[in-house]
Amino acid sequence: MPDGDPTAPVPLTPAAAPGPPGPQPVLVAADAPAGPGEHPVIAVRGVSVRFGRQEVLRDLSFDVMPRQTVALIGESGSGKSVTLKLLVGLLRPTAGEVLFEGKPVHALPEKDLTALRLRVGFLFQGAALFDSLTVFDNVAFGIRAKGGVGEAEVAARVRDRLREVGLPENVERKVPAELSGGMKKRVGLARALALDPDVMLYDEPTTGLDPIMTDLINELILRTRRKRPIASIVVTHEMRTVQKTADRVVMLYPLARLGPGEPQVVYDGPTAGLATAADPRVRQFVEGDARERLAETE
Amino acid sequence: MATADLSAPAPVAAPARPPAGPGLGSRLATTAGDALVTLGDWSAFAARAVSGTVTRHLKAGELVTACVTVGVNSLGVISITGLFIGMVLAVQAYNELHQVGLDTSLGAIIHMSVVRELGPVLTAVMLAGRVGSAMAAQLGTMRVTEQIDALACLGVDPVRFLATPRFLAAILMVPLLTVFADLMGLFGSTFICLRVYQIEPYHYWRHTQNFVGPWDVGVGLVKSVAFGGVVALIACHRGFHSRAGAEGVGRAATESFVASFVVILALDFVMAMFLNALTDALWPHTGVRMV
Repeated sequence: MPDGDPTAPVPLTPAAAPGPPGPQPVLVAADAPAGPGEHPVIAVRGVSVRFGRQEVLRDLSFDVMPRQTVALIGESGSGKSVTLKLLVGLLRPTAGEVLFEGKPVHALPEKDLTALRLRVGFLFQGAALFDSLTVFDNVAFGIRAKGGVGEAEVAARVRDRLREVGLPENVERKVPAELSGGMKKRVGLARALALDPDVMLYDEPTTGLDPIMTDLINELILRTRRKRPIASIVVTHEMRTVQKTADRVVMLYPLARLGPGEPQVVYDGPTAGLATAADPRVRQFVEGDARERLAETE
Repeated sequence: MATADLSAPAPVAAPARPPAGPGLGSRLATTAGDALVTLGDWSAFAARAVSGTVTRHLKAGELVTACVTVGVNSLGVISITGLFIGMVLAVQAYNELHQVGLDTSLGAIIHMSVVRELGPVLTAVMLAGRVGSAMAAQLGTMRVTEQIDALACLGVDPVRFLATPRFLAAILMVPLLTVFADLMGLFGSTFICLRVYQIEPYHYWRHTQNFVGPWDVGVGLVKSVAFGGVVALIACHRGFHSRAGAEGVGRAATESFVASFVVILALDFVMAMFLNALTDALWPHTGVRMV
């Protein structure tokens, strides 16, 4: 990875020596801008989640350093979106803890949890725009809810964020039903950025978009990071998104396909090491190789 | 993990022949346990929504919208329901009372039934079907499209933002709708009794005046407030706990109506017992209400 621009795309085929199978040590990518002695913004420590009898996450641990972009990848059902929701206290872990700047998220009083959430921008999978509100009101929602800002300032910030994600002013008065998938994602991003977050969480930001729009969203994720010194987690299946946006990759494997005691994190390392990872499950995912699965079904 | 391991059967796969299921007692215990958990969860949800009425979280715009949805938009269906209930009661009761020469008591019997029982109960049931199911479906859709999560991430308490205005609108609007249903019921029954069956108006109204008073109207309105609040809280709770997909949202709407219907009837029974006991306590010897 080039040393100059920390946001430059990372090639997926570096000449790295394959390491041992299984999870690798938590690393900050060589080019990641996290400085020595810095503490993680987010630390996931031995987290397990169970819904009724269904175990979704088991003993999950990883860190996100300041200004680092971590891609959380894995098959559907491996618990990626659940992990994101744990980070902002939308779900509670059955065991373990999530630390935000060293404070356990799930032990925070309600007021502190709200304050934490206001420091985190969350782009939801389907954008999660409020159906009944216009684009303008969607983007302004968080600013108004936080309070302390006049309507003129609200309007200025909304227009600034909409410009930042490349949306014209005439989109302001539209409701979400009148927008394309890509526009919804961009409005969702503008809404998430409206409160100037310290951390951005992207839940499958490019799923369901055409290649051009996918590239546009990837570019917006990069620009967001260039413009602000924020840490980000990108949950995605798209290897182009991983390649373009991430410093580091954490890959989860579905528990249903793991034996008892097997670690759920099958890769935790730099983006550059993905294609040459020693674990065949990682390479199969990166290459989109389903032959083994097809053999299982026959 | 070796590649070969990946082709092995998933460790959580069900065995070919499952062992014999749990007995009836065990299943009943599980069902009762689940019901208790749901009741506890609903109680916590209801407490949070109700507490929102006295905080600054309440938005006037949301409340007005909810009042229009619950009240104004329900006026037509409530009017038709009240009108036909009054007319049906008149038709059903006339033959029986006519045979024993008590035609003029029809007004008292029908109006008492409408004001104390049928008006509040049927208004609440109609609301549970028309508004409660829609609330559950709307909030369920917001849940599965992550709009409720988005609210929380934007620093807003979703329960107080979404459920509190709906609860407040229900307890404000349902009594008004009940009064409207009562009036339409009185109009329907009176039309049938006086115009169709030609009952003598003076005694018809005299008996009504003797037996139906402000206390009875008050009893009906107290019930309607309770029914409205419970219907809104059940609907919002079901919506908030909707499962994913169209089936999940549909199920939330159905569960909302079924639960509301059962609770309305059970609550009506409990309140009838309580309010009758209260009546006896207030007017112990006469058996006749002073208001």
